[in-house]
Amino acid sequence: MRTIVCRPLRSLHESAPPHESLGGTVPTTPTLTARLCALVEEAAGPRPTQSAAPAPVVLADRPDGTVVAFGGLVAKAHPPATDAGTADLTVRLRVAAHPRLAGIMLAPLAPGGLPAERTRDVRPLRLDGDRPATLWPRGVPVDPDAPGSAPWQEAGALLAGLHSVPPDALSAQLPGPLPAMRGPAKAARAVGRMRAALGRGAAAPALVAASGAAEAAWATLPAWCRNEEPPEPSRTGTLCHGDFHLGQLVRQPGTGGVWQLIDVDDLGLGDPAWDLARPAAWYAAGLLPTASWNTFLGAYQAGSGTAHLDPWPRLDAPARTLTVQTAALAVAKAHAAGRSLDEAESACVDACGRIVAAAAPGQPDETGLRLDLP
Amino acid sequence: MQCPKCGAPMQTFNRNGVQIEQCGGCRGIFLDYGELESLTRLESQWQQPPGPPPAAPYGQQGHAPPQAYPAAPAWGAQHHGKHGHHGHHKHGHKRGFGHMLFSS
Repeated sequence: MRTIVCRPLRSLHESAPPHESLGGTVPTTPTLTARLCALVEEAAGPRPTQSAAPAPVVLADRPDGTVVAFGGLVAKAHPPATDAGTADLTVRLRVAAHPRLAGIMLAPLAPGGLPAERTRDVRPLRLDGDRPATLWPRGVPVDPDAPGSAPWQEAGALLAGLHSVPPDALSAQLPGPLPAMRGPAKAARAVGRMRAALGRGAAAPALVAASGAAEAAWATLPAWCRNEEPPEPSRTGTLCHGDFHLGQLVRQPGTGGVWQLIDVDDLGLGDPAWDLARPAAWYAAGLLPTASWNTFLGAYQAGSGTAHLDPWPRLDAPARTLTVQTAALAVAKAHAAGRSLDEAESACVDACGRIVAAAAPGQPDETGLRLDLP
Repeated sequence: MQCPKCGAPMQTFNRNGVQIEQCGGCRGIFLDYGELESLTRLESQWQQPPGPPPAAPYGQQGHAPPQAYPAAPAWGAQHHGKHGHHGHHKHGHKRGFGHMLFSS
């Protein structure tokens, strides 16, 4: 294994695109980014000629993850983690490296950029004290300018494949127990972020109203969705991604261009409905076209053997949660940026209003009737 | 659609994903074939928490049409048409949705 030498990069600040700083977040220190660049450069091996070599490219720079690409590799700095958090990340990495996940999740590289032949080679490195860092092969993401061509079919099939992996088949090769999927924790964090953002400076009346709708919809959710109670055992038996969206899919030329899931940060045991809940929330908000939703759901149900089952009884609470999460983050970001909500964000706030109306106990629904059925 | 009882126009509502026509005059309700059963099923599901996704099937498996269940939750937005028309924006998406598709 090569020794990782972290060194400052001459060309980083000239070559890197403007950092994407999402509302109210603290940009990563240049030191961390430079150290990440050094890590990925070192792993990619010596440059043919120093003068002609390209510089590392910063793909993302957020508090929850900084990603730098160089050649065919990317290095990711994960959120600051305690020793326990780093141990959980190590388990998650080894899940992604496990042969049972081949073709479903992108496998990480061992430190130094070598292929992880054995899952025990895979572990995070430490950057800046508390930032674990990992190395991955670089993939081609979904084209953000052509979301209409997004691989919904493949996404549904990949999630069905992930959910079909029996956790027991992995546990013998993992260094610790599989942690919980972090979906509910992320939802609670989003609502906390909205509350904190609105506490800083006077908020526009429209954002105050939007936060009220999000809070009211949040109040309709079961405690486990709000991360206030552990989920019941029937919702903790499945290996889940925990944060599925279109940015979590990449394709690798080396594997015949098949799509794979990326990002292990929220991976763990949980309710498989959570992984379908974000597209479900977009669909219920009127954002995702019916055809895309049907393609995604159909592929998932075909792959998981759940065709002909009504998904909504199981999907409903997670989809409501993701609706609130999206609305809450939208309010936080809009307030921090001093802007109003865009159309898609407003549609999620509107959906929060409908969630509240549909959940009101004993209230007549929109037809003005109560059906008292046997 | 005209109310068969009083002749006033009927409006379509969505209850738990089931389309219901209600008369604006006499407030009478019209249900399509199978919709009462769908509502009954939904009511009973609300009273007992569902099991994991591949749990006991409801509906007549094997005899059910391709989609025998409601296509959206009660709080879902109305989708206009089958092709996802959302006005005149690029890709038929609402402004901001392209970014939302890729963010946590």
